[in-house]
Amino acid sequence: MDSDDESLLEALLAGEHRALARVISKIENRSSGYRELVSELYAHTGNADVIGITGSPGAGKSTLVDKLAEAYRERGETVGIIAIDPSSPFTGGAVLGDRIRMASTVGDMDVFVRSMSARGTLGGLSTATADAVKAMDAFGKDKIIIETVGAGQNEIDIVRTADSVAVLVPPGSGDDIQTLKAGILEIADIFVVNKADRDGADRTVQELREMVHLGEESGIAGGGGGHHGVDATGGGVDSGGADGVDGPDDDWTPPIVETVATTGTGVDEFIDQLATHRAHLVDSGALAEKVRTRYAEEIRTLLREDVHAMLEAELAERGGVDDLAEAVRRGETDPYSIVTDVLEPVEDCLGDIETEAGAASRTE
Amino acid sequence: MSSEQEAESIRCLVAKVGLDGHDRGAHVIARAFRDAGFEVIYSGLHKSPDEIVQAAVQEDVDVLGISILSGAHDTLVPKIMDGLEEYGAKDDTLVLAGGVIPDEDRDGLTEEGVAAIFGPGTSVEETIEFVRENAPQR
Repeated sequence: MDSDDESLLEALLAGEHRALARVISKIENRSSGYRELVSELYAHTGNADVIGITGSPGAGKSTLVDKLAEAYRERGETVGIIAIDPSSPFTGGAVLGDRIRMASTVGDMDVFVRSMSARGTLGGLSTATADAVKAMDAFGKDKIIIETVGAGQNEIDIVRTADSVAVLVPPGSGDDIQTLKAGILEIADIFVVNKADRDGADRTVQELREMVHLGEESGIAGGGGGHHGVDATGGGVDSGGADGVDGPDDDWTPPIVETVATTGTGVDEFIDQLATHRAHLVDSGALAEKVRTRYAEEIRTLLREDVHAMLEAELAERGGVDDLAEAVRRGETDPYSIVTDVLEPVEDCLGDIETEAGAASRTE
Repeated sequence: MSSEQEAESIRCLVAKVGLDGHDRGAHVIARAFRDAGFEVIYSGLHKSPDEIVQAAVQEDVDVLGISILSGAHDTLVPKIMDGLEEYGAKDDTLVLAGGVIPDEDRDGLTEEGVAAIFGPGTSVEETIEFVRENAPQR
């Protein structure tokens, strides 16, 4: 790490907001030296509660996050918020608009809001988000809230960075078949029916409740499979299959909270449920497992990124992927042959290493 | 490691300060900046200078574009510049002003540290070009 980065790290640990902002920019930009910087951060992390908030566009996430931050501030805790917005697949540009709705906490520097766009590929966003969480954690934030649009796989990756995931479901978001579909609802530790003052909110709550109970019986939804609610459908309730996205979060039944984010109604109950979930994670040992899974994913993602970069370099050496694609188009070769061709030397190398390692262990 | 390919993007805060309630122009600029491949954070209407400074610092923007139609630029802009200075962000933030700003006020704003003033009739391309050329290298 060079001296600039060292002083940046010192300033961050000393609580300078600009240093935190700078470090997050370095992370986003993949500036040279950012890896060393992040790896230094790890020693100072582990104290923040990380909360993920997701749900469809317009569900009221930003407004709820704002109220949540306000409530935590009233309790004397500091808050970091990472608000994620999509970026254009064509220009890479983005309008990051979630800040607008965070009005209750403006002027309070102890609420640090950072907007991030989905730049980069191949797990780039989730890596950057996870690293930005590290920066805020090391800075000393008590609560870190990640807010994302719940449109796809990307978001599921991101919420894995969080200890507790809340999924916002606005009233009238489809019939009960929607709640049976795979995807975003499965990742919820807590359901929030926001805009609960609107027509249809009761029905949405009811549908979610049915879904959660169904999940308890079959052990598929929300990592449920637990003991309360509609207990004992014949005692044969087996929670063995309940290892959804969240790992062995077995006997947690996702509660359903009703909120009206614009007025702050229900926010306290939401906070209580977040605290209950947190306590559950700690008591059951699920948190340790979660953290382990998360680090495993981080290691994998970093490895993938590096291998990907090596392969890109290899492709560039061979004249770039465009030429190869053109050769396929002309019918001279096919993608499978090219891949075999490109990877052969890599495999050979790895094979050599393995032999060396094997030989070394044999001679010992 | 080779995968540290830098992926820098120009980050801009498009800000509306004070009481003026028209942000059509700010929306147009935000959209045009997005299409130019920038990352744009829009402040929303009726922000105080402090709020703008907070957003600029936290978001670590390269460019701060302030749109003012109300004529209050002489009071609001210096407050923003002082706030940026306080956080050590004044020197490497490219500050632009746009909207209705009389010619006789321009020198004063430039002295405050505003890099360029884009009045009515400025083409969006011109603004984008200016940002591309002058966005600070960090």
